[in-house]
Amino acid sequence: MQDNHNKEGASIGNKTMEIATALIILAFGAIVMWDSNRIGSGWGSDGPESGSFPFYVGLLIVVSAIVTLVNALRSSAEEAGEFVGGEEFKLVLAVLIPSIIYVALIHFIGIYVSSVAFIAIFMVWQGKFSVVKSFAVAIPVNIFLFMMFEIWFKIPLPKGPVEAMFGF
Amino acid sequence: MEELSLLFNGFAIAITPYNIAMMFVGTILGVLIGTLPGLGGANGVAILLPLTFSMEPTSAIIMLSCIYWGALFGGAITSILFNIPGEPWSVATTFDGFPLAQKGSPGEALTAAFTSSFIGAFFAVLVITFLAPMVAKFALKFGPAEFFAVQLLTFCSFVGMSKEPPFKTIAAMMIGFALASVGMDSVTGQLRLTFGSEEMMRGFDFLIAVIGLFGLGEILMTMEEGLAFKGTEAKINARVVFQTWAKLPQYWATSLRSSLIGCWMGITPGGATPASFMAYGIAKKFAKNPEGFGKGELEGIIAPETAAHAAGTSALLPMLTLGIPGSPTAAVLLGGLLIWGLQPGPLLFVEKADFVWGLIASMYLGNLAGLIVVLTTVPYFAAILKIPFSIIAPVILVICAIGSYTVANAEFDMILMLIFGVIGYVFKKLSYPLAPMVLALVLGKMAEGSFRQALLSSQGDLSIFWSNGLVGGISGLAILLLISPLLAKLWSLAKGGNKAAA
Repeated sequence: MQDNHNKEGASIGNKTMEIATALIILAFGAIVMWDSNRIGSGWGSDGPESGSFPFYVGLLIVVSAIVTLVNALRSSAEEAGEFVGGEEFKLVLAVLIPSIIYVALIHFIGIYVSSVAFIAIFMVWQGKFSVVKSFAVAIPVNIFLFMMFEIWFKIPLPKGPVEAMFGF
Repeated sequence: MEELSLLFNGFAIAITPYNIAMMFVGTILGVLIGTLPGLGGANGVAILLPLTFSMEPTSAIIMLSCIYWGALFGGAITSILFNIPGEPWSVATTFDGFPLAQKGSPGEALTAAFTSSFIGAFFAVLVITFLAPMVAKFALKFGPAEFFAVQLLTFCSFVGMSKEPPFKTIAAMMIGFALASVGMDSVTGQLRLTFGSEEMMRGFDFLIAVIGLFGLGEILMTMEEGLAFKGTEAKINARVVFQTWAKLPQYWATSLRSSLIGCWMGITPGGATPASFMAYGIAKKFAKNPEGFGKGELEGIIAPETAAHAAGTSALLPMLTLGIPGSPTAAVLLGGLLIWGLQPGPLLFVEKADFVWGLIASMYLGNLAGLIVVLTTVPYFAAILKIPFSIIAPVILVICAIGSYTVANAEFDMILMLIFGVIGYVFKKLSYPLAPMVLALVLGKMAEGSFRQALLSSQGDLSIFWSNGLVGGISGLAILLLISPLLAKLWSLAKGGNKAAA
């Protein structure tokens, strides 16, 4: 962004983020209004129609998003400051992206195996622990979770082929 | 004194060996949750809620509310020893708690914080004991219009009292309402905002939102702030505890003021966080040596801790009597009650008196258990923060994923949790408040229900919300609170104008 071209790395300004968020909220409010209008937002034969309450909720979202948007557009980028610096943003993504992969993996190989991999890989990668140490933490944590959910509280969690090998 | 006999009856229900064990388990878990980054009262209770489904409701709610007390206590530990507020309401505790610990008296700071928390909570429980039955009795007269007016009051006071920009508060709140209306309309059976998706038909469970917003969102924030926890050793022993207790009575006025502020802010949903700041500011104003504040003044720990704990506790009063929670954690507890088939509100006091009074009695005992737990185990909890964040972060994320799955045994909910995590992170950075969004998500269906019922009885005439003194008074107060930031601005402008003229 132009407001921090003097800084190294790609950082995101608060002003940009404010505008983007307000626009997304605006779109969300508009969708709510549109869908409520579709199913009827007036007065039916049996009282207010299903869409009437959400319609006004959507309207309020749109109005407040517009006010926020106007405020953001009028503010100066320098005063608004930085939303997130390049280095910090990398750290945030370092948690977020593995989390997304982790949740995607749960569907295929079950929650326990994914969790062992997630904790161990994160420790090696971000914490610079040795592979042995990382698994020495990840495996007991998951054995404990397995005992707690599957055996003590009898709440089944998603399981995959590895658990099936042990007969679960 | 009808309340007293009911309360003793409640003690008889709460004091069973099993329930007392649950109290200690709850407070220990709560302190743990309060100290760990990414786990707080609200999402901690949300994650543990499914585990209690098989328990008896009274024992379950006793354990869950004790987790809440524990989390309130736990927030102080990280603030004082590490200068990291474990919870937003303990930010004000860092001002004097951390300097005092740095000066070499961490034990004194911790004892003062824990004891003040206990006093604040005790005061609030007394208020609940005597005020709640009155409020409940009064609220029995409420019709749908009055209930909607009270809900309006709740949400307007968020806009009026929040430090965040009012339009951002409204936006966050309305997003909560919109998300609450997703799924099947319970009145007409029509599908709303599902866009043909089967996963959306179930609607959004607010527990998922809480786990994502406060769990993953918090972890992302902590990641960004860097991972170095540098703190003071938690040195505490019986001698320090008694020495500090001997000093506390001289601050009785501060304690009383802070308790009152806390109760007021807890019942009207201002929340624990503003209460702690307000109490700190007022204590400084009244103090004999305001210069000492910020450098390790004992009074500067007592004031915010008392107020935060009083507010956190009294937030349960509107939750029990009106079904309107005063804080996100109270909202999660309300969600739990609904799952057990207990509808909070005035009728709860009539129909489930045993449950209500057992819970109130457990508040006295739970806070006492909490005080004992934190005073004796604080060094162990402080040691947890020495574990590197690169271990804590993935473990907490695993717990969040499991927690969001167990709410409805749906894998889709884990994806929703991730989305809410990102929303929580962005909203926090742009100062969109999360609490009103969560409360709107919880109360959305109820607020809409009472709104529609009221309009149905008046044939669509909005004047029903002004039709009598009671509903008109509540609605009027709501509007007044809504525009109070505007009024304050006008007032200061007018004052400034007068000065310029003179």
